[in-house]
This record gives sequence, C-alpha cells and structure tokens, in this order.
Amino acid sequence: MKKGLPLFVFLLSVTLSVVTAKAQSGSQLRFCLGAAPKTLNPLLVDDEASDTVRYLTGGVLMRLNRMTQQLEPELATSWKVSRNGDSISFTLRQNVRFSDGTPFSAEDVAYTMQRLMDPALHSPTGDAFRSSEGKIVTQAGGKDQITIVFPAPVVGLDKLFDQVAIMSAKSPQKEMAVLGPYYVAENKAGSYLLLNRNPNYWKHDAGGRQLPYIDSVRLDIQQNRDIEMLRLARGEIDFINTLSAENYDKLEAQAPKMAFDAGVGLDSEQIWFNQVPSSPLPAYKKAWFASTNFRRAISESINREDLARVVFRGHARPAVSWVSPANKFWFNTKLQPHPFDQKSALKLLSQEGFQMRNGALQDRDGHAVEFSVITNAGNKVRERMAAMIQQDLAGIGIRLNVVTLDFPSLIERITRSFNYEACLLGFVNDDLDPNGQMNAWLSSAENHAWNPNQKAPATAWEAQIDALMRTQASTSDAKKRKQAIDKVQEIVWQQEPFIYLVNKDAMSGVSTALRNVHPVVLRPQVYWNVEQLSIGAEGSRGR
Amino acid sequence: MQTRLSSLVRGVSKHAARLLIVLGLGGFLGATLVRLAPGYGVDEEELDSRLNQESIQALRQSHAREDSLPGFYVRYLIQLMKGDLGDSQTLHQPVRQLLAERFPETLKSVGIGLALAWTAGLTLAMAAVMARARAVDLAACLLASVLLCIPAAVMALLFVIAQAPGRLVLGLIVFPKIFHYSRNLLLRSASLPHVLTARAKGLGGFRVFLWHVLPVAAPQLLALAGVSASLAFAAAIPVEVLCDLPGIGQLAWQAALGRDLVLLVNLTMIVTLITLLANSAADLAANPRRAGEA
Amino acid sequence: MKWVRLAAILFLVVVSVACLSADFVAPAPYARQFREVPDAAPSSQHLLGTDDLGRDRFSRLLYGTRVSLLLAPAAALLSSLLAAVIGGAAGFAGGWLETSVMAATDLFLSLPWLFLLITVRAFLPLNVSPIASVAITFALLGCLGWAAAARVICADARTLCGSDVIVLARACGIGGFRLLWRHVVPNLKPILYAQFWISIPVFILTEANLGILGLGVAEPLPSWGGMLRELESFSSFSAQPWLFVPLILLMVTVSCFHLALQNEEVWA
Repeated sequence: MKKGLPLFVFLLSVTLSVVTAKAQSGSQLRFCLGAAPKTLNPLLVDDEASDTVRYLTGGVLMRLNRMTQQLEPELATSWKVSRNGDSISFTLRQNVRFSDGTPFSAEDVAYTMQRLMDPALHSPTGDAFRSSEGKIVTQAGGKDQITIVFPAPVVGLDKLFDQVAIMSAKSPQKEMAVLGPYYVAENKAGSYLLLNRNPNYWKHDAGGRQLPYIDSVRLDIQQNRDIEMLRLARGEIDFINTLSAENYDKLEAQAPKMAFDAGVGLDSEQIWFNQVPSSPLPAYKKAWFASTNFRRAISESINREDLARVVFRGHARPAVSWVSPANKFWFNTKLQPHPFDQKSALKLLSQEGFQMRNGALQDRDGHAVEFSVITNAGNKVRERMAAMIQQDLAGIGIRLNVVTLDFPSLIERITRSFNYEACLLGFVNDDLDPNGQMNAWLSSAENHAWNPNQKAPATAWEAQIDALMRTQASTSDAKKRKQAIDKVQEIVWQQEPFIYLVNKDAMSGVSTALRNVHPVVLRPQVYWNVEQLSIGAEGSRGR
Repeated sequence: MQTRLSSLVRGVSKHAARLLIVLGLGGFLGATLVRLAPGYGVDEEELDSRLNQESIQALRQSHAREDSLPGFYVRYLIQLMKGDLGDSQTLHQPVRQLLAERFPETLKSVGIGLALAWTAGLTLAMAAVMARARAVDLAACLLASVLLCIPAAVMALLFVIAQAPGRLVLGLIVFPKIFHYSRNLLLRSASLPHVLTARAKGLGGFRVFLWHVLPVAAPQLLALAGVSASLAFAAAIPVEVLCDLPGIGQLAWQAALGRDLVLLVNLTMIVTLITLLANSAADLAANPRRAGEA
Repeated sequence: MKWVRLAAILFLVVVSVACLSADFVAPAPYARQFREVPDAAPSSQHLLGTDDLGRDRFSRLLYGTRVSLLLAPAAALLSSLLAAVIGGAAGFAGGWLETSVMAATDLFLSLPWLFLLITVRAFLPLNVSPIASVAITFALLGCLGWAAAARVICADARTLCGSDVIVLARACGIGGFRLLWRHVVPNLKPILYAQFWISIPVFILTEANLGILGLGVAEPLPSWGGMLRELESFSSFSAQPWLFVPLILLMVTVSCFHLALQNEEVWA
C-alpha cells in the first residue's frame, strides 16, 4: 500500500493534467474583425485589423499592461532608458524560440529595429520613434544584451516598444515566425483568419503550464455590426471588443452579465472648419471659419449633454480637449466643456458683425450663414450627431447641410482637394502619451487637419502650440511636459480649431463562457490578456 | 451542308470577336469609372498622426504610380494574355487565387438563387394565367409586390436570424422581377385570338398553355433569362456582404470601398463576360438562325 | 373584383391626401427633435412613437411618403421610357443597329455604376438642398435603371415585327416612325408596365442605400427608404414592431397602384 501510494498520486496527477488539458484542447476563441487586415507584416501595421493580428502573434520586449497602464517585462526581463532619453538597454529573456523553432537573441532585436527605422519602409510604428533624421545604432553585448541608440532623444521611449513585434533575423518564414502566443495558421482573404497556439511560446502560468490556455483563435471578417451582435447572442463568437452605445443597451437588457462599460475611453468626436487659405471656398466663408469668435459661437450652440444622452444613450460625456479624462496624468483638469449657451453664442457672433434677420443669421455683408458638414456615410452615430447639431444651429439661425460621403471621397476632400467646409470625424487614440499626436498639432505637418502644411504658422496661437509641442518633445521631465501639454489644451480650448464634442465610453460584450476577462479602456479592451483567457470553468470574470 | 457549316463558323467567329471587343471595352470603361471617381489613390493610413511628412508623401506616391489609365490598361491586358490577373491592392493576394476561391461560391449562390426565382416566378405566373381567376392573380401579384418592397438587408437579416441559407435571399430578390415580367408576357400571349380558338376547340388548359401560350412568349422569356443572370449577380453583392458568404460579391464590395483598381477591373470583366454569354445564349436559343448571321 | 379595385383607389386617395396635406395633418414638424423621449413607443402624442433622435415617426412618415411617392414613380417612368425607346428602336430596326445597341446594353448592365454616382456627388455643390439632392438621385436612378428591361423589350419588339399585325400595317403602306409609335410600342405595354411596377419599390429602396455615397435624401428630410433602413437591426423585429409600419405602407401602396391601374379586360 505504501509503495502503491506514490504511484497512485502520480497517476492521479497525470490523469488530472490530461483531463484539464482535454478540457482546453481544441478550445477556440472566436471574434470578429470589421475589415480584413491590410498587412501581416508587424512593422507596417496601421489599421485595427492588422493591429489585432500583431497583438495576438507578436512578441514584444515590454508590454503595457492595459489594466494597470504600467510597463511589464516580456521578452526583455529588464531595461534602462538613458538620462537624456536617446538610448535604451535591454536584458533579454533566455531560451526563447520563435514559433518555427528558431532561437531568439539580441540579433533579432537589432534586425527588427534596423528594419523598423529604415526610412524607406515608412513604418507608422517606426515614425513614432523618429524624433530626428539619422540612423539608429544597435550594440549587442552577447546573445541577451542589447543597447539601441537613437540620433536624438525620444519622448516616452520605453512605452513605444509595446508596439514593436520582434521579427526573426534568420528564420526562412520571415515575419510569419513569431514570438507571441499565436501564429497565423490560415488566412482566407476577406473571410477569416485562423491562429493556432505557438508551440514554443515562452510564457507559463504560476503552475508551470504553458500559455495560452486557449488553443486557437478564429477571426471572422464581419462588417455588419448587427450581425456581429446576433452572433454574440447566439454564442457563435465569444466577444465584441467595441460595442456601440445602442448595442450595449440592447445587450444589457438581454444579458446584463455580458455587457461591460469600462468608463470613458480615450476616443473623441469633433468638428473642425476648413481654414486652408487656398481652398475653393468663397472668401466670406473663409473669413467666418478663420474667426475664433465664430468657432466659439458654434461650439456654444451645440448641446453636448444632449449628444451624450441621446446619441450615446448616456455612454459618453461632453469633451473638453484632445486629451480624454480617462488619460488621468495628461488631462488638464482645470478645463470644463463649453456650456450650451445660445445667447452667449449670438453675442460672440454679433461681435463679428453677424445679425439675425427674419430668423436667419447673416454676416455683415448680408450673406446667410449656411455651410455644410461632411462625415463618413454608414456611421449611424455620426449621422445622428450631425442631425442633432443641425437642429442646434437652426436655433441661432444657421442652416447646416449634412453631407455623408464614402470614406475615400471624404479623405480626398480633407487631405487633397480641401473642398469642404466643416468635417465631423472621430479620433481614435491608442496612445496615452500626447506626443504621439505631434504630427496633428505642428502647423507644418500633413495631419494638421484644419490647415495642414503651413510654411509658417498662420496665427500666433498656432505658433505658440508649435513651440509648446516642441518643448515637451525635447525633455523627459514629466512635470515640464505636463505643463506644456496643459497649456496646449488651454489654447485649443480657447481657439477651438477642433470643436470637441464627446468622449465615448469603452464598451464591450463578452460571453459568459469566457474566463479571466477584465475589459478595460485601452485597446484591445477585452483580449489584452489573451494568453490568460480561458473558456469554461477556470478563472474569474472581472467587472 | 458545307455552306451551312461555314456560315455557322463565320457566325460564331463574329460573335466571339464581338464578345472580345465588348469585353475589352467593358474592362476599360470600368477602369475609367474607378480611376476617375473621387477617392481613388487615397489611403486611410494618411490620417495616422504617427506618420511623418516623408512617410505620407511616400504613401501618396505609391498610389500615384499608376497615373496613366491607358498605360495601366495596356499593361493589364498584356499580363492577362499571359494568364496573370495581377495582385489585389487591398487584400495583397493574387487576383487569380482570390477568384478561384470565391467564384465557385458565387456561382453556387447565383445558381440556386436563379433556380428558385425562375421556379417560383414562372410557376406563379403560369398559375395566374392558367387559373384564369382574378383571386389567384391577385394573390401572386401581392406576394411579388411584398417581396419587392422588403429591403435586401432586412431579408438577409431575417435569414440570418432564422439561420436559413443566405443563398435563398438572392432568389427572393430576383423572383418578383421574373414573376412580373413573365406574368405580363404570358397574359398577353393568352389573350391572343389563336388561344381563344384553341380553347373553343376544346383543348385542355395545360395543353393550351404549353403549345399555344408559352411558345409565343418564349423569345421574350429567354431574353429575360439572359438578363436575370446579371440581375442575380448584382443582387449577390449585398446578399454576400450581409450573409457573410465568401463569394465575389463580397470581394466586389471590399474592392469598391478600397478603390482596388486591379480587382475591380477583373470583376467587371467577369460580370461583362457572364452577361454577354447569358444574353447571347438567350438570343441564340430564341432564334437559332441568328447563329449564322452577321 | 371591382370592390378590390375601388378599395385600392380609395386607399391611394387617402394616402395622397394625407401626405399632400402633411403640413396640416402632421402632429409635429418632421425635423423637430423631442429629445426627452428618444426611441419612444407609440402614444397619444406620438402615434408611431419617436425615432432615435426623438422625431415624431408619424410626421416623418407623412412627409417621407410625399417625397417617395412623387419621385419614385417619376424615376420609374423615366427608366421605362428609356427602355421603350432604346429597346423598341433596336428591336424594330434589327440588323447591326440591334446588335450594337444590345451589346451596349449588356455593357451598361455590367459596369460598376457606383463610381459614376460617387463622381456625380463630387460635382454637386456641398450645399445643395435636400429636395434637389433627392431629385437628382431619382433622376440618376431613372437614367441607370433601363438596361434590363430594354433587352426584354428588344426581344419583344423583334418578335412583334414578324407578327401579322405589323406585316399588315406594312402592307398598308405604314412604315418608319409611325409604324414604331402606333403599332409596335403599344404592344410593348405588358413589359413596360412590369418594368414600371418593379422600378418603384426598387428605386425607393435604392435611394436609401445611396446615402452611403452622399446622394439620396439628406437630413433632416425623411424618406420611405430612410425609414426602412431602421429595420436593419435585428432587435427591432420583436422589440419595436411599429418600425414595420413604413414597410407595410410601402407594400400596400405598391399593391394598390398595381390593382388600381390593372386592365380588367385581361380577365374577360
């Protein structure tokens, strides 16, 4: 009996492992992508679908924990950023292999960074590191030590590595050999992708079991949000990463345990006016849009509370600036949303010579104030917002024409022909650090939406913003940066080049069968801890 | 005999030449429409605030490479003759592979859809004519009108909810059109004097219909059959997108949204070819002597 | 079945009067947003409830009916006339003209007209009024919707040209345009009617889908097609059955048109 006991325990533990493994083996996580990924090359990722694949397959040196918003070691066990922020040294994890068995070393990190920073590649991730011209230098100190030196200091250097999936320098599979929890096993273009577990994934749980728990991930390409909801209700998919307010309410009514609202997110919705001097607009309209009082008046004529309550069903709040309140460190808490005050708006307009005549607002030359706002068609939320703003502006005698366009036509108008008057769009913010939006705020930049590519700042306040953004980019002192960014927010609040409308909540729908789920505000809201998700009895569900 | 054969060969050659010319023209005109429409050559990526000036310029230049439309089309035709359909700009895969994967799916959908549409449409039209009862005709017309009024998206959603095959939606979209045309054609044929004579002579309803009503309307019905193929392909686009069927309709929609010129030109030529073949076959079936004509 | 026809005519009269006098009948302006009660169920204040922006659905249905009932039949008529002229002339003329016209028709059926519509939108001024925008939309649909019917009409005309009626007319010395207009085109009516009936609901629904290109009815003007788009959400089916009223109204109206204008002699 005594001799048999250890054997019995051994057999029991083996049996239990097998049973547990069987409970998970063949398990599949299923969710939908809104569009087919444009690329599977992690260095060229720019759309949400490709980013999803990169997140699930890419191994990174450090990962920003989406819940704690702190950097955690991944393929790098430790790292150090130099005092002036122009270099970073890593100690790499040992005995790690790519999905095809190729060993991981400092050479792969060097290779990845050299490719990423190649100016000819024009990688969006690479451009985030590029604070000036010049090449990077990689210094490998053995297989598991590497230092990367940049030509100039890079603000928030360490956090940027969350987006850099390490590629193999030697593998014949090139970018298909990965270090993340999954690898791409099948890609039916435009239909679905199947990701299988990486057999060589380095991460293990506390009990020594290799992660991920779920064996495979199926990503279906599904453009229709209503059908996606239906599939979630039927159990055909396991979660919806981003739910609209309408669908959130429906889900909450039907299955409250499946609906998650993580609170106000980082994204914003805003309107801006075309202030490009060479645009094909009549001169009097250019004068309107260039007037700060005009923009402030429009802003004060829009009822943001109603937008949040009616369009977003209470799952949004009036926006103040380009930094969301969810971004606790960078948000300027002294600023409040512009109040809905049409009397004040009319006062501002009268200062610019506008007057009400027979119920219609006219400028000093007698032109009736009428302009159009373009937005992307098929986006019901924006169409509703535009309709509400149309009614709000009618209250001060302004006629607003809502024009919905297909997205490529809209992009052409706002970036090439500048044949538009106002535009209603949203900004998707993945990055907590506002330095990521440098190219939106510099007056000389392409993405300076209301008046891009200025040879010299057209206004004093834009010159001020240029100076402040450059100041914050040139120092790693968080306090100084915060002061500069606060000031930029203040200027934007006063001048209203963007009329910020609302910040939406981050909402998701998750099947009750999915475990260890803790939806958060940062993307990817639901599957940020994908290797720890499981289906069935194990783990917990967070709220 | 030899004269007839040579005449037939001449006729078929002329048909084939005409087909090729129209096909080529279709591809070029399709390319022109895509190329000249606003939004061509722009990329959503340009709005990414991480990209610096050089990257955005490089992105724009990569799309501007095919600025000359005739040049693009000539290059495309040369590649086509070598069997290379080019690469999709949005899906980054060879077009040939995409079409090989998806075309059978659409063929299946269109086949099933047309079969359902014609079976239901012609059967109901026949019933309306043969029954010679207002109530039957009224019921059939109401059914067709009801189906015409339901948006394709709603119909597709109903099928998705009911977990019924999405392919049948296509049939329900095309059926009312086939029914209305067939009904009117058959009713007109049934009102001709010779039909009255046949009935007066005591011929049975079905025999009158088969031998005296249907043959009169046959050429028009055959023309309708040819046209219904292109109607079905047009209906395939929203149905495949909504019901998630991985066919060329879904591909066409993605290509349109992404202004994927190469893919759209190929798809246009395929649809043109199918339309031409279907309508030519219908014409020849209606009038076999035309096979030898110029 | 006379009573059925009478009932259909009566219904059409009621609908026409109601939507023409929408300014008096509608309980609220179609654009007014009752923001305190969005997505409300039917009540005494709002007979069909309110939409997601709190606009009275009944008012929007009345005004939307006006827009769609006026413009869709006009566009259907345009497409039918174009089909008649093009298909009829081709079938009548025969020979190389018929071959060329039918080849062009096949081409027309195959081209991606979506891009033409996008281009048209680009050339329109941004500040075009909602009425002008919807009129242009329906005019475009009318100009683009003739091809399928033209093919069938051509086959019909070709057959007619070999019929006894036409042979007799030719023997009497009638030829050319007079023969086409007085003896061929009237016999094409069955297909033209079919084309007309089919086009009305198809154009109404297509107008709604053209919103994705910036064409179609612009806010805040309502249309049948726009209201039917609200059905594209699966939970509406059970939760908000009153959303089906525009669909039912469309079905009944189209059916009534059909009944009211159908030729009784067919059943003699």
